[in-house]
Order: sequence, then C-alpha cells, then structure tokens
Amino acid sequence: MSAAAPAVHLAVALEGAGWHPAAWREPRARPTELFQARYWVDLIQEAERGLLDFVTIEDGLGLQSSRRFEQDWRADQVRGRLDAVLIAARAAPLTSRIGLVPTVVVTHTEPFHTSKAVATLDYVSNGRAGFRVQVTARQHEAAHFGRRSFPPVDLRDRADPQVRRLVIELFDEAADYVEVVRRLWDSWEDDAEIRDAATGRFIDRDKLHYIDFAGDYFSVRGPSITPRPPQAQPIVSALGHADVPYQLIARSADVGFVTPAGAGHAAAIVAEIRAAQHAAGRSGDTVHVFGDLVVFLDEPGGEPGAERKARLDELAGYLYASDAVIFTGPAEHLADLLLDWQASGLAGFRLRPGAIPQDLEAITRALVPELQRRGVFRDSYAAGTLRGLLGLGRPANRYAAT
Amino acid sequence: MTRPLKQIHLAAHFPGVNNTTVWSDPRSGSHIEFSSFAHLARTAERAKFDFLFLAEGLRLREQNGLIYDLDVVGRPDTFTVLAALAAVTDRLGLAGTINSTFNEPYEVARQFASLDHLSGGRAAWNVVTSWDAFTGENFRRAGFLPQDQRYSRARAFLETTWELFDSWHGDEIIADKETGQFLADPQPGTFERTDQHFGIRGQFNVPRSPQGRPVIFQAGDSDEGREFAASSADAIFSRYGTLEDGQAFYKDVKDRLARHGRSREELLILPAATFVLADTDAEAAELAQEVRLQQVSGQTAIKFLEQLWNRDLSGYDPDGPLPDVDPVPGENTVSRGRASVRMHRDPVAIAAQWRAKAEAGDLSIRELIIEVTGRQSFIGAPATVAGQINTLVQADASDGFILVPHITPGGLDEFADTVVPILQERGVFRADYEGTTLRQHLGLAPLPSGAALSRAAS
Repeated sequence: MSAAAPAVHLAVALEGAGWHPAAWREPRARPTELFQARYWVDLIQEAERGLLDFVTIEDGLGLQSSRRFEQDWRADQVRGRLDAVLIAARAAPLTSRIGLVPTVVVTHTEPFHTSKAVATLDYVSNGRAGFRVQVTARQHEAAHFGRRSFPPVDLRDRADPQVRRLVIELFDEAADYVEVVRRLWDSWEDDAEIRDAATGRFIDRDKLHYIDFAGDYFSVRGPSITPRPPQAQPIVSALGHADVPYQLIARSADVGFVTPAGAGHAAAIVAEIRAAQHAAGRSGDTVHVFGDLVVFLDEPGGEPGAERKARLDELAGYLYASDAVIFTGPAEHLADLLLDWQASGLAGFRLRPGAIPQDLEAITRALVPELQRRGVFRDSYAAGTLRGLLGLGRPANRYAAT
Repeated sequence: MTRPLKQIHLAAHFPGVNNTTVWSDPRSGSHIEFSSFAHLARTAERAKFDFLFLAEGLRLREQNGLIYDLDVVGRPDTFTVLAALAAVTDRLGLAGTINSTFNEPYEVARQFASLDHLSGGRAAWNVVTSWDAFTGENFRRAGFLPQDQRYSRARAFLETTWELFDSWHGDEIIADKETGQFLADPQPGTFERTDQHFGIRGQFNVPRSPQGRPVIFQAGDSDEGREFAASSADAIFSRYGTLEDGQAFYKDVKDRLARHGRSREELLILPAATFVLADTDAEAAELAQEVRLQQVSGQTAIKFLEQLWNRDLSGYDPDGPLPDVDPVPGENTVSRGRASVRMHRDPVAIAAQWRAKAEAGDLSIRELIIEVTGRQSFIGAPATVAGQINTLVQADASDGFILVPHITPGGLDEFADTVVPILQERGVFRADYEGTTLRQHLGLAPLPSGAALSRAAS
C-alpha cells in the first residue's frame, strides 16, 4: 500500500436476509434458514474470505418493524431473530481472523453479564471480539421487561424537550454501562493467575480489583468472574445520528458508526466527534469513525444494483429508505465514493448489504479486489486480533500498579 | 419377569471453581481458554455422553473478607461458551446453570431459545436461584430475596420463560417467496404474564426452537425444591450418589411425580460423581488417597472448617485436633458466595458429629475434612467402576451420573477410553447417538408444537 493513500477499514453489517425488507424474497435468499447456525456461519466465513475487518450483527429486544418506534404487525417481512452475541460465539471457532461485533441492547440488560459475555467471546475467538452498544426507548420493549416505563412521548419529535431529556438519560446510562463493562475487563490483571504451589494460591488476590462503580443508574462492585480477555479491552462501538450519540462515541467507543449524506457532512460529523472527544479528555485515544452505507451493487454481467432495489421496492410495496445513504451501482463507483468520503476523516466504512448473499458477495468479491487494486485494502490478514486489525495496541490495565 | 436393563445416562461436568479441581497437577490446563472446554466436550461426545454441564457463580467467593485464592478462580460466561461449543460438537447436549435472580425472563428465554436453535436442539438449563445480597452487589437489579420467596420467584420465573418459549408454536414462519407471506400470524410470540414477581407483556422475538424449550434441570434438595423439580424439571442434579441415600432420594422424588400428572420416566435423577481410575483396584485406591491430599491441603482444611464454624480458625493446626469452640450460629459472615454453606443447616450439630468422628478415628483436622468431603464416588479399575455405576443405576439409586473430573481438560479421557466401552459391551450405555436432540438422548418425549400447541393454547 502506498503511503499517500491510507488503508480503508471495511466492515459489513449483517441483518436477516439483508437490509431491504423484501430481500428474503430474492431467489438466492435463505429465509427458512435465518434461525440456523449454518446460515450465519456461511455469511461470516464469506466476509472473512473478503478479508474484512469485522462483521456487526444486528439485534433487538422486540420484533422487527418497518416503523422506528412501534410495531407494524406486517406479515410480509422477516420477523424474529437470534441473540447476536450467541451467533457470534457460534461462528467464532469456525473462523480465525475476522472481528465479531454483535449488538447488545444496554437499556434493559446487566453490564456485569455483558462484560463477561463479550470477554468470553474474546476468549472463544482468540481476541476478535467487540460489541455495538444500542439503547432503546421503545415502550413495547420496556414492557417485555416490566422494570421501567418511559414517558408517553412521540419519540419522532426530537424537538420535544421531554424526548430530548429521555434520549440524554438513555445515552448517559449507556456511557455508565460501558464504563462498568470496561472496568470489569480490567478487574483482573493479566498475571493474576499465579498457580503458586508453594503457598497454595491459585491467584494473587492483590491483582484482582473491585471496580466499585456507583452512578445514577446502577452500582456494580466487581471484580468480574471472567479473567481479563485476550485483547484486554474488546472493541466498543456505537451508531450515532446526532449530538447525543456522538458524545457517547467520543466518551466511550473505539469505533463510531455514522450516517453522513456526503463528504462534507462526513467532515462535519468527524469534527463534532473530535471536539467531543477532546472535551471528554480522550484526545489521545483512537476513535475510528466509520461511515455507514446501504449497498445494492451491480452484479458483474448481471443485474444492476439499482434494478434490484427497484424490484425489491415493488415487492415491499414502498420505496425503501434508510438512515444511511443508499448506494446503487458498480463496485468501482462505490470505491470512488468511499475514497472520496475517507478524505473527510473517516477511517472506514460499515456496509449494509441490501440483499444477502448478492450484495455481501459483491463486497467481498468485487469491491475488495477493486480497493486492493488501488492499494488501499489489505491483501491478507496481518494481525491476529480485532484491535490489531484496527491498528489499536493492547492497552495497559487501569488498575495495575506501574 | 425381570425388568429390562436400564440405560445409563452420563454427563461431563467441567471441573469447577472448588477444591475438587486439582490445579497444581502438571497436567492441569487452563480453566478459561476455549481449548479446554472444547477438549472436554469432544471427549464427552466421543464417549457418547448425554451432555456437558457448566456451573455458575456470579461473584468471586470470599472468606474472612478476602477473595478466596486457594481454588481455581475465574470462569467464562455460560451462554457464550456453550454457543461456541455447539460449533465443535454435533450431538452432545449443552447444559448451563443460569441464575433466575439476576436475570429477567425475556432475556434468559431469548438466550436459551437462541442456543437451542444454534445447537440444533441441544440446550439445557439448570435453574438456580440465588440467596444473597453479596452476589446482588454485582447487578443493577441487586438480588436479595427472603428465603420464603426464593422458590416462588423461581417458579414464576420458570413459568414465565415457558410462556415465552410457547408463545411461538413452530408453524408461524411460512417464508413463501412467491406470495410474499413470511408469517402465518402477523402477531407472533404474544405473551402476557402478571403475578407477584413479574408484570410483562408483548411479543417474544425468537421463533420456536428445535426442542421447544431447553431441557430443565433443577438442583434443589429441600422439600420445596423437590416439589418444584417434580412439577417442572426434566432432570435433577442431585447430591445423593451412594446406594442407600440415592435410593431414598430417588424414590422420594419419583413418588412425587404422579401428583403432578407425570410418569416416572419424565424426570431423571442424575447425581454428581467423582472418580479415580487405575489399572488395578489397589492402585486406584492409592491414587485416590493422593488426589484427596491434593484436593485438601492443610490450608484448605482450615478454610473448610471455618465455613462451618463461621469464625476465624487460622490459629489452628490442620494436623491437630478439631477446635473445641462451637460454630457461630446465624448468618454466615465468614464465607460468602459459596453454595455449600447453605447446606449447613445446623452447624452446631454437624460440628458435634465431626468432633465425634474425629475422636473415634483419631483424625486430625485435615484427615477429618478429607473424610467428610473428599471421598470419590467411584474408585477402581475400569471394570470395577463400570460395575459400580451400573449397580447403582439398576438398583434405582439414580438414572446415571454427572461426572466431575479433577483434572482440566483431560480428566475424562481415561474414563471415555476404558469405562465407557465396558458399559457399552454390557448393553447399558449407547454405542452411538440415536437422536439429535438432548431430549432424545434423555428419552424424553418431544414437546407438542405447531397445530397441537396452538390448539392447547386456544
């Protein structure tokens, strides 16, 4: 790779049969296998053949819906899903290099459980784990847990001060959650296990640490029951579309996913995140900002991506729109766009395949070779851990005496 | 007419965070690396075992206010490691202990349903409840429950997860690409539960899994616990592995089943068991004694004594006599996060028994602790051990055993290679798996699904 063109990081976001709601009706789609291990392992192995940095796996604590905050009761789209952390764990022993980044909803779950689950994912994958933090303000998902209720506001109305207060609260809680998860990962020093036959001690208890976190939403004592994972700190990531989630990315994450409308917008978002990072005292930390795009790519000698999307829109009965830009066209044009946006300060991209497997294979078999030809994408995996792929070192332990 | 030979059920317990696990042995490997779990699981599957079992502890144990450091410390997340093990095994059941106190039904149900999908129908859940605010300090929901509410919440928790598992009947997904109909029912997974512990409603989001729900294990021993198991569990992880105690427990629990409208085959009794193998019985006996000395060091013996005495006994000599002071009654403040201290229901009486035993046998503290805690269930040459196991099962002291090796991860290898073939030759243990799901391995009938479940629900 030439020094002038910094490498692009590439991830794919796996969701059901693809991100288009009618993707499951494609001839090559495998809708009846969505709840089987083989399907997910195939997709992740395909992404690994394409030398991608990592896959993310969507998740949620309710049925999918075409409406953002409520159920739609549609019977013509994929509904139901498997736990994303467990999908990642199931694929881990059958892959060897690609990063595994499942989504974890933090609003109703326990940071202690999440910390050891992601640490264990890091063990079973030999250092390839991360997770994507997600919050939910959906009333019907809160009712699945019955432990808290949210004010009956219209979540679409972002100008409503009550909505804004709720959003700030949920993201503050998410930041505390990540802080607890990270402290628990550090709660064992690397050399805590000593197996000292002379004294009969399995561990040096001075190298285990209570985290004693006390915040507005919960308190957690620690230490973790799981020793410090191979990467020490698995990757924490979050998706953001506005100032509050950008602050979470800046305060807590290693990778932020954002949805710019173009190169200029990407530059503005990156600047906003960098400013928030500075304000949070994390200027010295690497926070990679990835641009999210939905992609419908032309099949070489086959159907153009734009036609596929149009066909799927017709099947769905409406024009599929997204929070992210929807790209249709050949892989070469997508490569042009990625490099153009990258110049605005993006470290990489998380591509959401419109239909699986076509658009996943177009990424791994057309886009990746194109980027390789341009000297901006790896020819082989050079690092054994996800942190390594992202150029991040193994961090020191916050509790270790230096 | 003599009844046909019972088929034995066998499971492998990953060596745990307690003193039966000998970490000082040169063969002892990692307790956290995945390769150790994969090794034990592959051995168990090679030996055609029913399942692999993982325990759980959600707070590191403490004694005298310090993290307990004499045993193995640290373990992985149960669900995550079981999902990974599903990738390196094909038939072996995957049983995890999951606490119902520090979780909510919706998330536990979606994790078990996911594990059952991802393993092709091999998931099992050992339902436990916790008892202490000590563990609760690691959780946002905290966790203290008065004793009298523990089973009531556990029962409500289990019933709620069943409602979630059964909220999908198995015939909802049509996925007809031509007509565009994905779901037969636009509102799948509907549930509603209101009781003194839970008030939840909505849609469960994991379709019905291959087994319908995980196989349910229970480990409670009190009258309430036995009744809970008789009403709801598929198997009991019991503590009674000897002939007389085993038979008494077996009969007691199986006799309860009829009251719950269940047959005697619908609940398996599987005690935990340890073993020591050697070429001859004499060598095995010698080896067993060595292992017990490794498991119960002088320090460990004092710590054990403190757990019952509920006071600091660090001044006592492990090679000397038992303390003449009595245990401190009431809440155990010396040992925390340890299930076994709950078993000491009357510490003063047990201390008196132990003292009498020590005096009668002229035993030191360490010798006494080895005597009361350390004796292995099965000791001998492979044929002897196979015979012991078979005798206990045929005499209705159990339906099989959950074997706990004392070495990680290779501690089951010899058993798989030497004892299992003998049991297979005798026709009391499967030569190969006949089914694909854990329910099938355990001889449990499939749960109703699809139209039958829909009819039952309406």
